[in-house]
Amino acid sequence: MRKNKKAYLVFSDGTVFEGHAMGKVGESAGEVVFNTSMSGYQEVLTDPSYRGQIVTMTYTHMGNYGTNPEDVESTRPWVEGFVVKEPCPWPSSWRYEKEGQTLDEYLEHRGIVGIWGVDTRAITRHIRERGAMEAVISSMDDNVERLYEKARGLEGLKGKDLVKEVTCRKPYHWQQALWELEGGYKKGGEAAYRVVAYDYGIKLNILRNLVEAGCDVTVVPAWMPAEQVLELNPDGIFLSNGPGDPEPVTYAIENIRRLIGKRPIFGICLGHQLLALAIGGRTYKLKFGHHGGNQPVKDLKTGRVEITSQNHGFSVDVESIKGIAELTHLNLNDHTVEGITHREYPLFSVQYHPEASPGPHDSQYLFKRFTALMEGQR
Amino acid sequence: MPKRTDIDRILIIGSGPIVIGQACEFDYSGTQACKALREEGYKVVLVNSNPATIMTDPNFADRTYIEPLTPEVVSRIIERERPDALLPTMGGQTALNIAVRLHEDGVLERFGVKMIGANPEAIKKAEDRELFKEAMERIGLKMPQSGFARSVDEAMDIVGRLRYPVIIRPSFTLGGTGGGIAYNREEFMELVKKGLSSSPIEEVLVEESLIGWKEYELEVMRDGKDNVVIVCSIENLDPMGVHTGDSITVAPQQTLSDKEYQIMRDAAMDIIREIGVDTGGSNIQFAISPRDGRMYVIEMNPRVSRSSALASKATGFPIAKISARLAIGYTLDEIPNDITEKTPASFEPTIDYVVVKIPRFTFEKFPRTDPTLTTQMKSVGEVMAIGRTFKEAMGKALRSLETGRTGFNHVIRKDRDSVYFEPTQAERDEIASMLKTPGAERPWYLAEALRAGFSVEEVCGLSRIDRWFVCQIKEMVELEAALKEASKKGGIIEEELLRRAKSWGLSDAFIAGLTGMDEASARKMARDRGVEPVYKCVDTCGAEFEAYTPYLYSTHEAPFFNIKGAEKRAECEANPTDRRKVIILGSGPNRIGQGIEFDYCCVHASFALREEGYESIMVNCNPETVSTDYDTSDRLYFEPLTFEDVLSIVEKERPVGVVVQLGGQTPLKLAVPLERAGVRILGTPPDSIDMAEDRERFDSLLERLGLRRPESGTAKSKEEALKVAEELGYPVMVRPSYVLGGRAMEIVYDRDSLADYMIQAVEASPEHPVLVDKFLEGAVEVDVDCLSDGEDVAIGGIMEHIEEAGVHSGDSACSLPPYSLEEGLLEEIKRQTTLLARELRVVGLMNVQFAVKDGTLYILEVNPRASRTVPFVSKAVGIPLAKIATKLMLGRTIRECGIKGDLTPPYVSVKEAVFPFVKFPGVDTLLGPEMKSTGEVMGIGTDFGWAFAKAQLAAGSRLPLKGNVFISVRDEDKPQILDVAAEFAKMGFHIIATRGTARYLNEHGIEAEPVLKVIEGRPHIVDRIKSGEIDMVINTSFGAQSVKDSYSIRRTSVDMGVAYVTTVAGAHAVVRAIRSLLEEEFAVKSVQEYHTETLEKTRT
Repeated sequence: MRKNKKAYLVFSDGTVFEGHAMGKVGESAGEVVFNTSMSGYQEVLTDPSYRGQIVTMTYTHMGNYGTNPEDVESTRPWVEGFVVKEPCPWPSSWRYEKEGQTLDEYLEHRGIVGIWGVDTRAITRHIRERGAMEAVISSMDDNVERLYEKARGLEGLKGKDLVKEVTCRKPYHWQQALWELEGGYKKGGEAAYRVVAYDYGIKLNILRNLVEAGCDVTVVPAWMPAEQVLELNPDGIFLSNGPGDPEPVTYAIENIRRLIGKRPIFGICLGHQLLALAIGGRTYKLKFGHHGGNQPVKDLKTGRVEITSQNHGFSVDVESIKGIAELTHLNLNDHTVEGITHREYPLFSVQYHPEASPGPHDSQYLFKRFTALMEGQR
Repeated sequence: MPKRTDIDRILIIGSGPIVIGQACEFDYSGTQACKALREEGYKVVLVNSNPATIMTDPNFADRTYIEPLTPEVVSRIIERERPDALLPTMGGQTALNIAVRLHEDGVLERFGVKMIGANPEAIKKAEDRELFKEAMERIGLKMPQSGFARSVDEAMDIVGRLRYPVIIRPSFTLGGTGGGIAYNREEFMELVKKGLSSSPIEEVLVEESLIGWKEYELEVMRDGKDNVVIVCSIENLDPMGVHTGDSITVAPQQTLSDKEYQIMRDAAMDIIREIGVDTGGSNIQFAISPRDGRMYVIEMNPRVSRSSALASKATGFPIAKISARLAIGYTLDEIPNDITEKTPASFEPTIDYVVVKIPRFTFEKFPRTDPTLTTQMKSVGEVMAIGRTFKEAMGKALRSLETGRTGFNHVIRKDRDSVYFEPTQAERDEIASMLKTPGAERPWYLAEALRAGFSVEEVCGLSRIDRWFVCQIKEMVELEAALKEASKKGGIIEEELLRRAKSWGLSDAFIAGLTGMDEASARKMARDRGVEPVYKCVDTCGAEFEAYTPYLYSTHEAPFFNIKGAEKRAECEANPTDRRKVIILGSGPNRIGQGIEFDYCCVHASFALREEGYESIMVNCNPETVSTDYDTSDRLYFEPLTFEDVLSIVEKERPVGVVVQLGGQTPLKLAVPLERAGVRILGTPPDSIDMAEDRERFDSLLERLGLRRPESGTAKSKEEALKVAEELGYPVMVRPSYVLGGRAMEIVYDRDSLADYMIQAVEASPEHPVLVDKFLEGAVEVDVDCLSDGEDVAIGGIMEHIEEAGVHSGDSACSLPPYSLEEGLLEEIKRQTTLLARELRVVGLMNVQFAVKDGTLYILEVNPRASRTVPFVSKAVGIPLAKIATKLMLGRTIRECGIKGDLTPPYVSVKEAVFPFVKFPGVDTLLGPEMKSTGEVMGIGTDFGWAFAKAQLAAGSRLPLKGNVFISVRDEDKPQILDVAAEFAKMGFHIIATRGTARYLNEHGIEAEPVLKVIEGRPHIVDRIKSGEIDMVINTSFGAQSVKDSYSIRRTSVDMGVAYVTTVAGAHAVVRAIRSLLEEEFAVKSVQEYHTETLEKTRT
């Protein structure tokens, strides 16, 4: 059964959506963004890049195949809240093995506040028109005036270091490779490259892809000094995705700066933005960001178009890196920067998510490009 | 990449007549392709034999050939037109097969024609199952265990290695013709034999059955730079075993996790690359084991398809249009997305609603056929509905079907008052069997099972339908119960419950039925509580970008508000303009009796509105059509054509008026209720429509005008009917009032048959009386389409039927101009038509059906609306009747529209009907007053013989030029068949006849070899047809017994593909056609050239 208890989503501009409770009965706050992926809600929930954000799914049926222990991108859901049109109380999937793991139950067990039964398209249009906006979800307070006051008092994501909230506490080693229909996750084979991956909020499928590409991966906390990383003697350094604004994550930028030229570097999403800042570029906040699995990106070298998975609210200013780095990938929807490569040093990065999960696998070749770069630098 | 400059003229092949498995989706795709290519500056040469299409309108191509779709004819067109390229992927299997033949025969090479869009190698690899299987193995994908057999023995070898059930699929056939599922050895043998004979290369695939597996389709696009996108995922509600054309399908896919979906997506991309489809769209089908997710590839279509039309409508991504652009060299990123304008087509649409397609069946037309759904397609049309959730879309789709149901209506103890009920054992068995055996009624039994206390597990187990769908329907049933409960408690249903009911797709009529009120009260109740539909856009992108194309669907969404005082309301994106506007009501799902012809008319209405400066608003629910292309009208509402849904759109848009006379019976039925609700109906007043339909009012009208119709009477009971028939004298024609396509219409020869009929017919429609007419045996039927502005009347065309009266006009071939009627009679036809149009205050189109018997003119029927023949006439005379009719409805006069003088062209056009008999084994092919054809073709020629020959060829009838003609006619026809037989003999045919006929022919100096009738021993005539000794069958019968006796002759002819006629008039026409074929060289000519001839004739 779906919960029947009333719940509210109240925006900082006073717009009130009334629906029903989902997940934990409680209250939470964050910046509301929308995600256009039609499947892969569990991967979305567990993506650490959503720290600080309430996610609205534009597709209307969520939870159709339930949740399972495999479709996770980290150890827990990170979204501040989850907004859906219609959650499914009776999942159908051979992968749904354990009862009690419907979307609603999953969120409840993990303390995530959600709301269902609202017009998610209207919410999406609202955000599209006015930009990503702070809001409160509550299923315990029906005083919308009070919720509005709370929403108005919220601070935005700009200038906030969210990385420190999601990065791992200590280094760890990763061995799992990609998922297959028969047999689930494989174990990695013989590794040819040693990679240190900075965890700014890393998605596990990045690690799985690195392993699949023949890397031996050590994940390290975001604050780990460059020198310590070099002591691990890696063939290459990976900069992960993560939540929020890159600018305030100064320690990361500083460490990256010290690593440039020392080892090949590959960055994804926040890692890409931090890299851009480290080489002297600038970043800015997008109106409502890119969150979904259908964004067209053109590889300017080959002219080919990749359908990509994306999740970011900030972007690299193309002017700011002129002369330093080359634009390699372009978003065909809004012509924002999707990938760069340094003119001098062996480093490249992309704004989107070649590891997919959820989303298309078109860009997995980038992991091979990374190993090739490491190979070339040996 | 820039577009290709090495080509200038492009040939497009259409798909020919509407048949099961190939319907107006190819008019949609072909029309898009023509438009796209011409916009890019290319010259388009089009060939299609189907006059009811928009694509064959002279404006859509530079040269349009309405000629038979055979490799020989197309190569003549190539020789004449010398195109640089051939785009073979827009006309379904028909076009693809012709293109492959032209390639293999060296025609393309000889004339330097390049194939674009798909190359012959790729087509072969995708279509030849053996090659396809090898290709799949190369890229590591699995297919069901199977083997190819070219004989029954080979098939037995293969099946020995598999387990029953197994599927038999003949190679290279359309819509799985001749295939099926065998559960045992006996069925297997039978299906293999049939499969071998229906395959053009006599080959069948014997395959491990995946019955019960989940079925999916992906629509894939690839461009010349190897960019690949998936446009849409589709999940079939009916699991494997039911042809996807007969399945309820849902977009997007619902029950795959992202990990599984991406694996399928990867597979689709690998497949399109491995097969080597250079550019354009393909449809790939997959089966997924519900137990462990194992994935099998089922098949691939390297062209646009029914599913791609559906996917285009479901997402707003126009696959055919973009395929055409890719074929001339563009890449996906160079093509803009029409709807968002600012983003490119190189993306994957994401949708924020659910689309449900339900097929429409017409088993009632073919009572002797097995209605079980199998791998051979049997549906004749489909509806699509869009809702924010599955339930909403399902509810809307159910009422779009127009089968008289308003939702998940009860099918057991139909009038029972309770939602839940305790089934008897017999009812339980009935439900179980209906769930187990897929059929047209299964969705309703599914709901009924849940009401009868079947558990979800039981329903899933019996039907193998995924639990997700079953649970959705269970929720709908629970809601019904809640509504019922609430209505019992004093009839007040609260806002929240009512809102849920509406947002879960329950129609006003269904809610009304459930709560014991009428539809108007249900509507008012909802409105009083602020529950009303809003409209959302289909925008390809889940609202991420602004949509500039108003492609809309209704939904009942949750209202919201702003704390600073804005009113609480649901968001509506319709944003009506202030322009003068008109709503056109479309014709809903294709069915026998109402098909593409009406869509053609509606599309023309849209063109007319644009020309006259009005905003055009289309309402329709048929995803196959041109009318539901968002490019056709200014605004498109993809909505059910019910009173409820149409009135809501009218209230939102506030149009000048609504056009109801162009979409067939569907919108016509709404005319009176809409007018009562205060909606202005444009053109002919609804009262006139009623006058033409109401027998008594119509009779007095004829009396007033001094016109004659066959003597008749009305009967409300069996006794009355017998009495009326006695007075009129047998044979009589009987039918329920208010029917379309001759539904339940029959010619009755005696008292007993009439008594039988009355028992069935009265049960078929109890509220309407039965009409009994004197049947005019042997009369010639004439159809007239005319235009009227209320004062002036212009005759569009007079068509003389080939088949005698008694054969439904939709099933009869006809000739324009008439080929045997005298000038004086034609004048009288015009006079009477004009009188009727004036008296009925027709503004727009009117169709009159006459019968001529012994020089006297009888009026059979008057339809103050567009008829099925409007597109045919328009193309024959070169005047777009439907477009002009629309202008007349807007107040223009005939004179202003430039219509004057006699429109009769200086050449002959013949329309011939096309039947689905091949798909319905066991069904009698004899024509009668009940319409059975699914489509039509047109033949144009210098004289009747040529036009008829072309029409026959186009309809797939292989008229022989030499060989054996079999003649067997009833005694009454014998004198008239003499000429026919003599002609055949003169042309060098050998005549074979049954004893009576042979004797008669011999007596009259015509040599004929006698042959045994089926009841006379063996080898009989059927044996000889089966062994391929007969090239043409002429067989007329009369009376129940004779019809029964000759059944096997007709059926065998169909099964063996032997040309046959069942009327004397037909035989005469065939003789003239064969003579033309023998005497003159086959010539092709474009419609544009023909029309110029007409113009010149009118001018002089």
